[in-house]
Amino acid sequence: MSARKIRVMVAKPGLDGHDRGARILARFFRDAGFEVIYTGCHQTPEQVASAAIQEDVDLVGLSCLSGAHRILFPRVVELLREKNASDITVIGGGIIPEQDFQMLYDAGIKAIFTPGAPLESIVEWIRNNIKTKE
Amino acid sequence: METTAKIRAGDVRSASRLIRDLEDKLPGARPRLKQLFQHTGKSFIIGITGAPGAGKSTLTDALIAEFRKQSKTVGVLAVDPTSPFSGGAILGDRIRMLKHTEDEGVFIRSLATRGALGGLSQAAGDAIHVMEAMGKDIILVETVGIGQQELDIIHHAHSVVVVLVPGMGDEIQTMKAGLMEIADVFAINKADRPGAKQLQSELTALLSASSLTPDTWKPPIVGIGNRYEPTLFAQQTAVLAQKIMDHHAHLILCGQLSFRMERQALMEISDALKACILEPVLRKLSESGELQNMTRRVKNRETDPYTEAETIAHRFLTLGEKI
Amino acid sequence: MYFSDETLKKTQHLTEKWQNEVQKTLQTHPDRKNRFSTVSDLDIKRLYTPEDVKDVDFAKDIGAPGEFPYLRGNQVTGYRGNYWTFRMFSGMGSARDTNARWHMLLREGQTGLSTAFDFPTLMGYDSDSPKALGEVGKCGVAIDTLEDFLELIDKIPLTQVTTSMTINPPATILWAMYCAAAEAKGVPLAKIGGTIQNDMLKEFIAQKTFMCPPEPSVRLISDTIEFGAKHVPRWNTISISGYHIREAGATAVQELAFTLRDGIEYVEDVIRRKKMNVDDFAPRLSFFFNAHIDFFEEVCKLRAARRIWAKVMRDRFGAKNPRSLWMRFHTQTAGCSLTAQQPYNNIIRTTVEALAAVMGGTQSLHTNSLDEVLCLPSESAVEIALRTQQILAEETGVANTIDPLAGSYFIESLTNEIEDKAWEYIHKIDAMGGMIAAIEKGFPQMEIADAAYRFQRQLEANEKIMVGVNKYTTEAQQTVPLVEIDEQVAGEQMKRLQNVRRRRNERAVRQSLTDIRTACKTEVNVMPYCIEAVKNLATLQEICDVYREVYGEYRDPGLY
Repeated sequence: MSARKIRVMVAKPGLDGHDRGARILARFFRDAGFEVIYTGCHQTPEQVASAAIQEDVDLVGLSCLSGAHRILFPRVVELLREKNASDITVIGGGIIPEQDFQMLYDAGIKAIFTPGAPLESIVEWIRNNIKTKE
Repeated sequence: METTAKIRAGDVRSASRLIRDLEDKLPGARPRLKQLFQHTGKSFIIGITGAPGAGKSTLTDALIAEFRKQSKTVGVLAVDPTSPFSGGAILGDRIRMLKHTEDEGVFIRSLATRGALGGLSQAAGDAIHVMEAMGKDIILVETVGIGQQELDIIHHAHSVVVVLVPGMGDEIQTMKAGLMEIADVFAINKADRPGAKQLQSELTALLSASSLTPDTWKPPIVGIGNRYEPTLFAQQTAVLAQKIMDHHAHLILCGQLSFRMERQALMEISDALKACILEPVLRKLSESGELQNMTRRVKNRETDPYTEAETIAHRFLTLGEKI
Repeated sequence: MYFSDETLKKTQHLTEKWQNEVQKTLQTHPDRKNRFSTVSDLDIKRLYTPEDVKDVDFAKDIGAPGEFPYLRGNQVTGYRGNYWTFRMFSGMGSARDTNARWHMLLREGQTGLSTAFDFPTLMGYDSDSPKALGEVGKCGVAIDTLEDFLELIDKIPLTQVTTSMTINPPATILWAMYCAAAEAKGVPLAKIGGTIQNDMLKEFIAQKTFMCPPEPSVRLISDTIEFGAKHVPRWNTISISGYHIREAGATAVQELAFTLRDGIEYVEDVIRRKKMNVDDFAPRLSFFFNAHIDFFEEVCKLRAARRIWAKVMRDRFGAKNPRSLWMRFHTQTAGCSLTAQQPYNNIIRTTVEALAAVMGGTQSLHTNSLDEVLCLPSESAVEIALRTQQILAEETGVANTIDPLAGSYFIESLTNEIEDKAWEYIHKIDAMGGMIAAIEKGFPQMEIADAAYRFQRQLEANEKIMVGVNKYTTEAQQTVPLVEIDEQVAGEQMKRLQNVRRRRNERAVRQSLTDIRTACKTEVNVMPYCIEAVKNLATLQEICDVYREVYGEYRDPGLY
């Protein structure tokens, strides 16, 4: 029996198209042995949630640099909850000031990684925190 | 509700989870697949293959739209290669099918090849069955179709669409690599570009030169042009969809569908036997350390692989050793 | 540069002797690392000598300022005549908020305006579109109609200050608003000056604020270039950009090559589609580059840019007017070089980058604020950024003389190397059938993705260092005051928009949208109809929806 593969999704909700970080993250995750569903930029929260469920991912990584994270990230968590998929972990990254962290944690975002976070630390966080379901 | 019942009712999450369990070879997965199997065999399975960059996903996206216009439910398996170095994969096909994400009649599931030499993992076949059990009218399987030693897609799909695009520089090579034999329909993408007409005539020439297939189906060639001319694009897509349906009808009419399904069943039995017999034997030998000893003996030329295998076969098949 | 045989012989001799000493030293004192390269991974030698530039011909390759190949600059008097324009990119919240920030910046000594729009505006959506959720006013100003625009430029002296607008798919519309606003204030179009970024090719390559597919996007750009040439002679109707290409992870060479090749594509389209003579419009083409942290690489890149463009205009397009050969550019210091960790360090980074831009001869400069990795710039942060430019200009002496680094063995050698490598890319893209063809093949996008990933891996392996990130890190937090855009801005903007819709003449709006549609479908220039439409208070999205309807919506191929 092979070990459970970790499946993650990397998505950019909202209108921000700066996807350098998201694409690098996708490659890095692939090199770490994950299966990465990369859905690119210009996603609505509805599209993100719908795709996450169809793909049965363990984790959704959201990236936003435009300041819209305060509305869009919690919306994704809410939609997953509405569709009975709150077991999917949601983490976020991008231009997110520290004063927004608590609000996002309260809304259900499990971790926030800002620019400069070593990518290896994100991989490690995922390995430590995702219990792939049996 | 129990998982298999949920899947039959069309629950996407349960279906996707079962596919995942099958991919990861979890023990609980197989019994559920067995329960679902009797409900499979009713969907029309279309394979879409071609070289990277040929525009398969864009075409898949267009076909989904066309079939949805006809009120058919659609399942899509989008397959991308697993990295041989890390075992990971970037599965990015669904980007080109974004507008269908929220359509409840469409279920798009990305799969990695997980090292399968023919381009489709064992689990891909299982995944198709899961989608069949959900009651999908049409299942599109999109996979890269060159560079493989064998093309698995023919074992799973009823109709295979080979996508070509002018300007790739290696159309003839592609055609000689086996895609000619497996294609039931050819789609020329970006047919409004220079080189498309030439590609079409080269293809036509090659097709007439090749021997007639047993069921005398002549693969049609459909050109799909600029997707930013929506009316023409929709018309051309409708033609493509029609040709695929024509092929399906032809298969039924001349008994070929039945023949292909039999061939598929045989292949699945063979694969299942491998899973039920070979893999447990290998596992047992590995756990007991015998496999390593066998390997060493063969490496050092103390014995040969056949003698080793015959000994094992004798043990399990004749003497009745337990797996 | 001419060196006598004797000088070269002596140089060789000295260099060999020095090499021996180097080898001896390395036995006991190895170098800090195995490889020394620029931030874009170009190898840099330990030492440059006359040997490295012996083939450079001073008159032909370096020349004088204001003379072909313009390596040393376009203006004969350089910065002694005029400093570069201090032009700070800014925009936030509502038009009124932004207008206030603009007046503050002008008071503090900024000499040109530069507009940052919010994402709905950049992407052609109104503030009440569902796609605008959470985005209104967050990273720039929200503009939906001419009324917003009039508030934006309230009390701005249009004849005395030029305004740059960073806007791409809806550039025709924002420019139409500017023209309509000028008219409303009694300022003739011949007197207004400014720039619209209006460069769609780099959107497909890097920034991804796109709307319609490449070919119709280029057509709209050609419309603006033609309209500007005929009616708004002081306006730069395009700012061919490398900044965003670099921010997406490109190397310096890629930034240069892709930008210039984009420029070539635009020039070809205008000539072919509008049957214009190159000299009729080329003088109003402008460029926009990144000033990244590797000081010398940036200086050389900017110098090489001028020389390549001059050659392209003269040799490829046969331009005769000297102004057609000038490369005039705006520069912005590199956003991607700034760190969220220890943000005050960013002041130093911006300073070094600004210095490189000045040594590279930029016409106009934006300096990033220290807090831009975290939020929109606060007043105090943007003041420091502006002062940075002013200190460079007034105190450091770098503006006393033209192209001060010319003649350096290192600088001329690196300038040549960057130019050669850029030409390789340009020819490669030519062979692919041009930039649009290359974009369809995914070529520039993949080059950039690979370069970005390579840099990231080097960073993770500590082969490249970012202070505060992978070296000299601290646990202690440096807090900077952060600007927050109230969610109320969106609500108020939507109310304003509804108000406008209620008051305006719907029939006139419908008619002007129909006229735009007709113009789009034929070879007629859309600009006059855009101006008419914005005067009738058509919204940004209403006009963009016409473009979308006629030309289709571009979909990101999702290359990674």
